[in-house]
Amino acid sequence: MTTTAFKEPVRQAPSGVAARAPRRPGRLRRLSLPYLLLLPALLLELLVHLVPMVIGVVMSFKELTQFYIRDWGTAPWSGLGNYQVSVDFDAPVGEALLHSFLVTVGFTLLSVGLCWLIGTAAAVFMQDTFRGRGLLRALFLVPYALPVYTAVITWVFMFQHDNGLVNHVLHDQLHLTDKPSFWLIGDNSFYALLTVSVWKGWPFAFLIVTAGLQNIPKELYEAAALDGAGTWQRIRRITLPSLRPVNQVLVLVLFLWTFNDFNTPYVLFGKSAPEAADLVSVHIYQSSFVTWNFGTGSAMSVLLLLFLLVVTGGYLLLTSRGRRAADV
Amino acid sequence: MSSTRTPATPAGRPAAPARVPVTSTRSPMAPARSFLWFRRIFLTLLAGFVLVPVYVMVSSSLKPLADVTGEFRWLPSGLTVRPYIDIWSTVPLARYFVNSLIVAGAATVCSVVIAVFAAYAVSRYDFRGKRVFTVTVLSTQMFPGILFLLPLFLLYVNIGNATGIALFGSRGGLILTYLTFSLPFSIWMLIGYFDSVPRDLDEAALVDGCGPLKALLRIVVPAASPGIVAVAVYAFMTAWGEVLFASVMTNDTTRTLAVGLQAYSTLNDVYWNQIMAASLVVSVPVVAGFLLLQRYLVAGLTAGAVK
Repeated sequence: MTTTAFKEPVRQAPSGVAARAPRRPGRLRRLSLPYLLLLPALLLELLVHLVPMVIGVVMSFKELTQFYIRDWGTAPWSGLGNYQVSVDFDAPVGEALLHSFLVTVGFTLLSVGLCWLIGTAAAVFMQDTFRGRGLLRALFLVPYALPVYTAVITWVFMFQHDNGLVNHVLHDQLHLTDKPSFWLIGDNSFYALLTVSVWKGWPFAFLIVTAGLQNIPKELYEAAALDGAGTWQRIRRITLPSLRPVNQVLVLVLFLWTFNDFNTPYVLFGKSAPEAADLVSVHIYQSSFVTWNFGTGSAMSVLLLLFLLVVTGGYLLLTSRGRRAADV
Repeated sequence: MSSTRTPATPAGRPAAPARVPVTSTRSPMAPARSFLWFRRIFLTLLAGFVLVPVYVMVSSSLKPLADVTGEFRWLPSGLTVRPYIDIWSTVPLARYFVNSLIVAGAATVCSVVIAVFAAYAVSRYDFRGKRVFTVTVLSTQMFPGILFLLPLFLLYVNIGNATGIALFGSRGGLILTYLTFSLPFSIWMLIGYFDSVPRDLDEAALVDGCGPLKALLRIVVPAASPGIVAVAVYAFMTAWGEVLFASVMTNDTTRTLAVGLQAYSTLNDVYWNQIMAASLVVSVPVVAGFLLLQRYLVAGLTAGAVK
């Protein structure tokens, strides 16, 4: 459909000088062309993201149990019932959700903090050329380039109780523990998840900060150096402040991705995540597909989205104001 | 690893340009010693952290089964390529591979084409709703996948029941889903890239009588080809690595690698050497492609991140 909009003038072309005027896109076409170009993207976003989201909100008000899956229009309305169940923190369902939410918040803060710190440090350290920098940069991007599941499966192997590398090093070689630990069940699973998440996530921060560093003019550093600023001072006074706009987006994206991450915990623990590492995505997935109660699952998802909206809005407001104040 | 090219040698240095009083004999731009040491230690540790799992993957894939069932060994007792032969028969890996190739390939091509059109519209035209469009598309990135998994599942099932178009359980449904995952980021990055292509170029083409689409295909797309390559790599990686939707929306014949690879660990005997071999086989195409093209990705991010 977009092609016909543009072929027309070409077809008219041979009809002589008089046809020169319609050759240039007419006013109407100039107005509609951008919309035509956007149409495929818009339709797909509607089909896969926006319409399902609206359906999701509708579902959250329905009593959508396994009896109604095939024909979900007939499911009875339940008003705020699903929400009441989700936030009733004294009952098992609500309590489990709250616990899962708190675990996710703690996990996300730690993971994002570490990813950002390691990624930024590595990018700043590799700002100047040195021998082997290209090779090292390629190596550092490997965890990011690996498909999530192959990376996580490798970690699952390393975390095995009897034949894994982690216990071999900690117990057999360094004798740090009395007996081999379990990493994928029990309380340790939180640290296992954090390790994998950081291993997989920091190269993205590294990539973005590396790109951001390339926009800092060299003259700034030269001027500062001539004024007597040392290396560390140049990093603190020039590099870090210049990265602030990049960081604003980077931290937000890292936060959202980590908070919503499903792939890592799902591959690491399988269908039933241990309580200490029960991230909210997996929690909702489990409570939806194990009990086939999509109504409650949807209510939980909507609550999650509301939380993310509030956090994102607040974050953007705060950081933008901070930036504007800093500019003045 | 990290010897820097410092222009100044402390000893045999002729008179420094006397413009600025510098207390040390080192050039002012030369990094401090503490910085160099810190860098050396930090990067070495980090390289170790990154390398260990990669080493485990590669070395274990070449170990005989006995080496991976007993206590972990850093060095294999002997090298064998047996796992690389066995992986194809233990689970139907070839079928998963083909499915993944079809799904990721088709999603990439569609996603790139659609993103090019959309990014061109945003970069070159002023129109009502432009800001709403970019903000909406980008904000879909923050939706938890789980939020639209359930409705999409129902939507596909119901579309299938109503029209007979099998989206649920088919590759088509998965392609459709995946291409929208990479679309927002692709559009955003291509806008940055297209903005960096001088407008004069395509305006000259328009004056010469090209239609806007011809100008896009003949002028803008070739000039922005590194960005398009980067976006394609990103789209392919996204589709190749997705687990959540693949685990719900595929059946035995359409299963992709993301789900299929886990089939090894549900067998009674877990052949870790085969799992590592299969992981490596699955990873090599994407990692190689990514590392070859990462320069463009960084350039694309730089173009996009400035704004």
